[in-house]
Amino acid sequence: MIRLVPRRQRSRAMVWGAPLLAVALTLITGGLTFAIMGKPMGAALFTFFVQPLTSVYGVSELIVKASPLVLIGIGLSLGFRANVWNIGAEGQYTFGAILGGGIAIFFHDSTSPFLLPAMLIAGAVGGMAWAAIPAFLRTRFNANEILVSLMLTYVAVLLLSYLVHGPWRDPDGYNFPESRLFPEAGTMPVLIEGTRVHMGVFFALIAVGVALLLGKGLTGFKLKLVGLAPEAARFAGFSETRIIWFALLAGGGLAGLAGVIEVAGPIGQLIPTISPGYGFTAIIVAFLGRLHPVGVLLAGLVMALTYLGGETAQIEIGVPAAVTGLFQGFLLFYLLACDVLIRYRVHILIGKAAR
Amino acid sequence: MSGFEHLTPLILTVITASTPLLFAAAGELVTERSGVLNLGVEGLMVTGALAAFAGTYVSGSAIIGVLCGALAGVLMALVFAALTLSLLANQVATGLALTIFGLGLTSLLGSGFIGVTVENLPKLYIPGLSEIPVLGPIVFGQDAMVYLSFACVGGIGWVLARTRVGLILRAVGASHDSAHALGYPVIRIRYMATMFGGAMGGIAGSYLSLVYTPMWAENLTAGRGWIALALVVFSTWRPGRLVVGAYLFGAITVIQLHAQGLGVAVPSQFLSMTPYLVTIMVLVVISRDRLKIQLNAPACLGRSFHPAQ
Amino acid sequence: MDEHNDKNKPDDGRRAGAPLLEARGLTKAFPGVIANDTVSFIIRPGEVHALLGENGAGKSTLVKMMYGLLRPDEGELFWQGRPVQMDKPSTARALGIGMVFQHLSLFEPLSVLENVALAVPGKWNPKALRKRIIEVSTAYGLPLEPDRIVQSMSVGERQRIEVVRCLLQDPQLLILDEPTSVLTPQEADQLFATLDKLSAEGRSILYISHKLHEVRRLCSGATVLREGRVVAHCDPREETPGSLAELMLGTRIAPPSRASTRRTTPRLRVFNVSATSSRAFGFDLKDISFTLHGGEILGIAGIAGNGQNELMKVLTGETKLDHEADAIRVDGAPVAHFGPIHRRLCGMAFVPEERNDHAAALNLALTDNTFLTGFSKLRLTRGGMIRSRRTLEHTKRVVDTYGVRTAGPRADAGSLSGGNLQKFVVGREIMQAPEVLIVAQPTWGVDAGAALAIRQALIDLAATGSAVLIISQDLDEIFAICDRIAVMSEGRLSPPVPVAQATTEEIGLLMGGVHAPTIPPEPEPEQREAAT
Repeated sequence: MIRLVPRRQRSRAMVWGAPLLAVALTLITGGLTFAIMGKPMGAALFTFFVQPLTSVYGVSELIVKASPLVLIGIGLSLGFRANVWNIGAEGQYTFGAILGGGIAIFFHDSTSPFLLPAMLIAGAVGGMAWAAIPAFLRTRFNANEILVSLMLTYVAVLLLSYLVHGPWRDPDGYNFPESRLFPEAGTMPVLIEGTRVHMGVFFALIAVGVALLLGKGLTGFKLKLVGLAPEAARFAGFSETRIIWFALLAGGGLAGLAGVIEVAGPIGQLIPTISPGYGFTAIIVAFLGRLHPVGVLLAGLVMALTYLGGETAQIEIGVPAAVTGLFQGFLLFYLLACDVLIRYRVHILIGKAAR
Repeated sequence: MSGFEHLTPLILTVITASTPLLFAAAGELVTERSGVLNLGVEGLMVTGALAAFAGTYVSGSAIIGVLCGALAGVLMALVFAALTLSLLANQVATGLALTIFGLGLTSLLGSGFIGVTVENLPKLYIPGLSEIPVLGPIVFGQDAMVYLSFACVGGIGWVLARTRVGLILRAVGASHDSAHALGYPVIRIRYMATMFGGAMGGIAGSYLSLVYTPMWAENLTAGRGWIALALVVFSTWRPGRLVVGAYLFGAITVIQLHAQGLGVAVPSQFLSMTPYLVTIMVLVVISRDRLKIQLNAPACLGRSFHPAQ
Repeated sequence: MDEHNDKNKPDDGRRAGAPLLEARGLTKAFPGVIANDTVSFIIRPGEVHALLGENGAGKSTLVKMMYGLLRPDEGELFWQGRPVQMDKPSTARALGIGMVFQHLSLFEPLSVLENVALAVPGKWNPKALRKRIIEVSTAYGLPLEPDRIVQSMSVGERQRIEVVRCLLQDPQLLILDEPTSVLTPQEADQLFATLDKLSAEGRSILYISHKLHEVRRLCSGATVLREGRVVAHCDPREETPGSLAELMLGTRIAPPSRASTRRTTPRLRVFNVSATSSRAFGFDLKDISFTLHGGEILGIAGIAGNGQNELMKVLTGETKLDHEADAIRVDGAPVAHFGPIHRRLCGMAFVPEERNDHAAALNLALTDNTFLTGFSKLRLTRGGMIRSRRTLEHTKRVVDTYGVRTAGPRADAGSLSGGNLQKFVVGREIMQAPEVLIVAQPTWGVDAGAALAIRQALIDLAATGSAVLIISQDLDEIFAICDRIAVMSEGRLSPPVPVAQATTEEIGLLMGGVHAPTIPPEPEPEQREAAT
């Protein structure tokens, strides 16, 4: 029999120990999964988790995939701290890409240096606008932001599908559901020649830095307090409404930015599917990173590795790429389970002592 | 009369579209009444859908398939319950994890079933009765699951309102501290309610893959689990209203599909958006009345319970 | 009759009769504290036995073990001479033990009938149960309507449900945990009459309290607990309140000392405040008016749930009165349209009733909790950043000045004991040198030492010329430290009267909702003048 004994004080060691433990457990489970699929466990794990990191290309791809995850994860972590459950980042990402990409399509022969900044701003604004809907409905009508933000994800993805199938379809594209390629001036500059690493990395790092500063300030305190003790926040005089708005706008803005960066960077045009589920994976990134900016940065890299590992494993050993989603699910499960160690000591009682 | 005859197939598809929503929402309603918020309905449904499809494919029997679906739902719910009830993990986060995990698991395991077909569920046929125009096929010509869904909702309503078991379930959701003080095993009761919700979610998924589509496709549920969650709020946690909600959504889904089929001059994507947009509208309309939600929502919904001292 | 009753008998055996219940050597430890240390005592049939002790003495832990909610680490319980394993409450109920909890264990959205049914074993038969509820409640003078929803009932009515719920099971032993803490004096008298009747029927009662006059009125035997140990078995009728208090506390604790008050100018004025409650079945505030002067302590008495929470929210600014800025004035300045932050800058400070996650965030450090209410007044931010050293220093000052026992200023608020956290919360507010301090339930659930320190701190603050408002259910407390008293009932506030002129009975009537003032309120010319 297992009994949980509350700790008098949260264990600070376990705050960071739990995610490490969760990663370790995921590796073990992953190995077993490979074994069940009839793959050599060690070699498969190596292919999935290590091999991508052994080449410059692999590392550069890791960075490319981690950037949107970190950007979105930072935004979500701000909200999650305040118990504002924005799980529609995928939709905000998509709408940001639509708005920002729309500018590139509209000015497709522009060479102006202002095109890219305008797109980035439009992307962030688009993400905010999309997140403003659940913020408004929650603060004004008490409607659950989880369900509203999620429903809007489906709407945004359908809207993108409509646009690339219809009005924004590339006139010279042989009827493929794709927009034109963005002009040079509307593309993220590549940082390292020969790779896809682009300017977006800076945005992710800036977001981490700003979030770190926020955490040490009054705003960070408000978010934390609203999440941990909403009554105390009201008593202190912090407006819950404003916090909800802030959390959703920050999350939406960063997701929208990530969306436009992605279409202006690695993708270079609007297509029906512009995300391998970054908006949802970023939820795991936020939790795995303990809702702490530096943690989110590290977690973003870990989760990017699961995408990359999935692709590598598919090519090298013929494992379906869907294994990525499975591992991500395992990781989140283990993390949630390990989190119990922060507040409770686990006593294992055997036999008579259990009474 | 001919107008009505035209309507019959439409109504039949509405029933098919509504049944999975009704199952899933009814299960979630029981879970939530015990004070547990399982946001992983989507994960339960998609796992149930694949398990039922695979079960039917392997065994050749749809009944065994549905049982497999229910079992898969129970197992998923058990994971959720172990994390949230025994390990006191955050229910919102764990529900999300359940969905992410379910979608990942099924897209991995389901790849072999894409493009495969299975036997459909048999429809009821009562000579004479089923031949009555309009009413016959609607009332007497459904498959067993449709009747089962109504029986479940009726049964849940009766149990909640009229029996001791239902009273205890409501009590645990209203105040786990009081229930604990009276000696009720709060955690065990919540385990049961969560697993019941899991079974119902699994059955809902089964209906999707065996009857509604009927085939396996990745991400087959397409947000229906989330809509089921919204339906529970819409019903203000009362089983009777669940039927209204589920059929309203079933009807919207079918009408927009028919509109797409008829080539209405609205792009299909906009029509496809309607169920999601209507969900948002319905949520707003119901949630606007804070006092009503406060009075009807189980007071302990989403709160962890640890019988510390 | 049983041999083991004769050795090990904790009292001197003056009373005849075999014990109904005996506890022998019960011990229970929690992380960091031994709540009960080898506790033994006996309850005889028909006896009203008192379990006396201050907050934190271990009374609740002891009764939870007797009712099967906790398992003792060591020790045994005997029921009518036989050893019993109280593994769950239903075992206790089956034996004939009924329990009325201090924090009532009711289900608010359910009806009286459903609440009772949940505690009564047997077949589910609402019709028969409804009849029995009416029978029992009439027989014992505890009127109840079976179909009412608990949420809509007053605290006193709710307690009746618990008592009736126990009586339906025909208990041999009824345990009542601090039953009068939620009652008016008149309601308490009614309860005592019911208890007398039960005792006359031969039922035993275990009466848990720290109110000495009640224990002396009701009980024929008493077990006194202090810091988890039994310090005495006695007959409370043969003791004086002073000697009982000394047993409970270990030392003589002097009541808080108060030099004569000097009432100065009005500092807080509240005119005709009305506000709707945000809770279902909460009382709306109706025309609340009062004036609070510098140097005085005003007490607002009343049964819980009569609008005190609503009043507190209006005073703290958690409920803002946007269009009636003048309804609340501090030193003449209108503040009713301000939120809490702005009101604190105007010299107000607050201690809400619930210290856990309302007054203080349990999962945050004490430093964060200092910041929580002090960040604007104490200038703990600069350019949006938290000045952590300044916050830390201020926290240390609060901890040192008020003797808060803690692992350090960075410890989580939740790691403090209730009494220490309350000292911190009250100290935190007083250290902001407020002009007006508003405190709800300053010593609720706090041990005697901490309660004394808190009361003294409030008196000392008033002596500096600040105004203090105390909202409390504890009449003894109000009579001990307040200058004037007003009563809140169903959202209305009675005119304040000097404590010296008020009697418990009159205040009790007001608490019960009898609005006709029996004491002429003192004239308040300032109020009328300011209202014009």
